[in-house]
Amino acid sequence: MNNIIVYCELEEGRIADVSFELLTKGRSLANQLNCKLEALLIGNHLKNLEKEIFPYGVDTLYVAEDKKLSPYSTLPHTSILVNLFREQKPQIALMGATTIGRDLGPRVSSSLGSGLTADCTELEIGNHEDKKLNKVYTNLLYQIRPAFGGNIIATIINPDCRPQMATVREGVMKKEIVNPNYAGELINLDVEKYVDETCFVMKVIERHIESSKINIKGSPVIVSGGFGVGSAENFKLLYRLANLLGGEVGASRAAVDAGYAEHARQVGQTGVTVRPKLYIACGISGQIQHLAGMMESSIIISINSDPNAPINKIANYVIIGKVENVIPKMIRYYKEHTK
Amino acid sequence: MKEFQIVVLAKQVPDTRNVGKDAMKADGTVNRAVLPAIFNPEDLHALEQALRIKDQFPGSKITLLTMGPPRAVEILREGFYRGADDGILLTDRAFAGSDTLATSYAISCAIRKIKNADIIVCGRQAIDGDTAQVGPQVAEKLGIPQITYAEEIVLLTDDKIQVKRRLERGIEIVECGFPLLITVNNSAPRCRPRNAKRLMKYKHASTVSNRQESNDDYLSSALTKPHLTIKEWSVADIECDREQLGLNGSPTKVKKVDNIVFQSKESRTIEDLDEDIDELMQELISSHIIG
Ligand SMILES: Cc1cc2nc3c(=O)[nH]c(=O)nc-3n(C[C@H](O)[C@H](O)[C@H](O)COP(=O)(O)OP(=O)(O)OC[C@H]3O[C@@H](n4cnc5c(N)ncnc54)[C@H](O)[C@@H]3O)c2cc1C
Repeated sequence: MNNIIVYCELEEGRIADVSFELLTKGRSLANQLNCKLEALLIGNHLKNLEKEIFPYGVDTLYVAEDKKLSPYSTLPHTSILVNLFREQKPQIALMGATTIGRDLGPRVSSSLGSGLTADCTELEIGNHEDKKLNKVYTNLLYQIRPAFGGNIIATIINPDCRPQMATVREGVMKKEIVNPNYAGELINLDVEKYVDETCFVMKVIERHIESSKINIKGSPVIVSGGFGVGSAENFKLLYRLANLLGGEVGASRAAVDAGYAEHARQVGQTGVTVRPKLYIACGISGQIQHLAGMMESSIIISINSDPNAPINKIANYVIIGKVENVIPKMIRYYKEHTK
Repeated sequence: MKEFQIVVLAKQVPDTRNVGKDAMKADGTVNRAVLPAIFNPEDLHALEQALRIKDQFPGSKITLLTMGPPRAVEILREGFYRGADDGILLTDRAFAGSDTLATSYAISCAIRKIKNADIIVCGRQAIDGDTAQVGPQVAEKLGIPQITYAEEIVLLTDDKIQVKRRLERGIEIVECGFPLLITVNNSAPRCRPRNAKRLMKYKHASTVSNRQESNDDYLSSALTKPHLTIKEWSVADIECDREQLGLNGSPTKVKKVDNIVFQSKESRTIEDLDEDIDELMQELISSHIIG
């Protein structure tokens, strides 16, 4: 009762990275709250997957296995979560901010009348005093996310409704095994008790899943371009530099919106989160939504014509100048001095 | 031939995509007042999908529904220019402070009042919050299925629809009956442009309260031309439980908002002179950050 539960998402039969990241976060929150960490896995052919889940410090794993539960479909999965949550009354429920989590989360929250915060960048435990009601709430989940309006971070709480629900994007939190031999309990759910036949209204006619072509997440060097790069043509300079340095090209949302780069390259709150050894920000002003996705880079270089661009404040090196002038110079030097 | 009742949900949002320098205040926050208010881009994509349904089933009716302040009537007018048949502005102070759940509740009550909607279409998310929650929550409140991340309607018949969804790493085509709610992705086709005739016809369309506010000359002609009066619903017009509206009906509360002060790193600033850049590159190579 009143534990923390993580919805483990399946990507073509494998557990998604974001779920392991949430389990890691969930474990540390559970330690703070002195409660159990639980996980829920729904799908088909789930044998042995528990061996990957328990090492993250999972005390209880609920498994709902049925051929009809794969691939993911909104209503059956919602029904399992809603019924299990009504029965187990978790205090916190976490899921990935993925196409599945963002389809499922709001549906579950609406059904239970509990609040949901999307795309959190941090989760913490804290208290809250409501002066009007003269009431103190202890051990709430602080759901922290950048909010519209530039350099602000909002802390959202759900004082009264349970569970407190949040989604988090892949890559925002770290994943860490607690103990490879962690002993948890596996509970097989009787699927028929949790899902009604009437939930199966959606028929999957076709599915093509490709292994993603663009993946900048693991790249040690990222040359990232913003609106200041000016054109798709100028973006080619960034590709040349990235190729030379063995890196990938990233982009700000303004650059993606302008059509300079594909969405899969977007770095930030609504893109990917990266932690490369070197992040070169070219013509990026550095709004919080962008910084949220790259602040943890080891070395940051900013190339910007504006000496006062906000990104310069978090950069290790600031080059005041135009992208189209600076990058060719970097390319030239690199070519001349390495082989 | 089937006549679909289609409801398109739309939101007027500040144009966060064009936050220029003049839009920033001295304290580093965005000055919302100078940002243009626009039709949320993905909601326009949703309107296009509705128009395509109507192209195929011409007897269908498209009702555009927006919840917001009085000025949000602007996007209803925009919808009329592009082909919507009806528009409803849901506006009331009681909605102030709504989180996504309270918003969805109010919208679902308005959809119930519209009656017999077969297809509800909306954008995947609004650019001022990016939560993508309102669509699925409205569907849940109405007890109907949802198809999110829709890119294209691949098949539509009297009793079923097939929709292509855009997933992280691929696509999926799903099939469902009516009624249902569809959220449209930004990869879906853009909305067709305004139609010149409709522009002339609806240019002066507005709500009664907006008109009274501005002492609009068209008040009298609106009486003879009913299409110039846009419907305006308040809490009193929809059947709802007031406890579920606005701040009261919002389980999430904003505890605090912090301005972020970044700890400046130890940083070096250089000009784009050849020598300076050469020196920086040399440093990066010799410290094995690159090379
Ligand atoms: C809910 C929400 C979510 C968001 N999520 C993201 C996200 O995930 N990722 C993201 O990036 N943004 C996101 N944004 C948008 C973000 O707020 C900014 O609008 C965006 O990051 C700005 O991109 P930019 O820095 O490329 O453009 P701008 O802010 O326009 O900056 C351009 C910069 O280029 C410089 N410049 C101009 N010309 C040159 C030149 N020739 N050479 C060098 N420098 C030059 C300028 O001085 C300026 O600093 C989000 C916004 C919202 C509201």
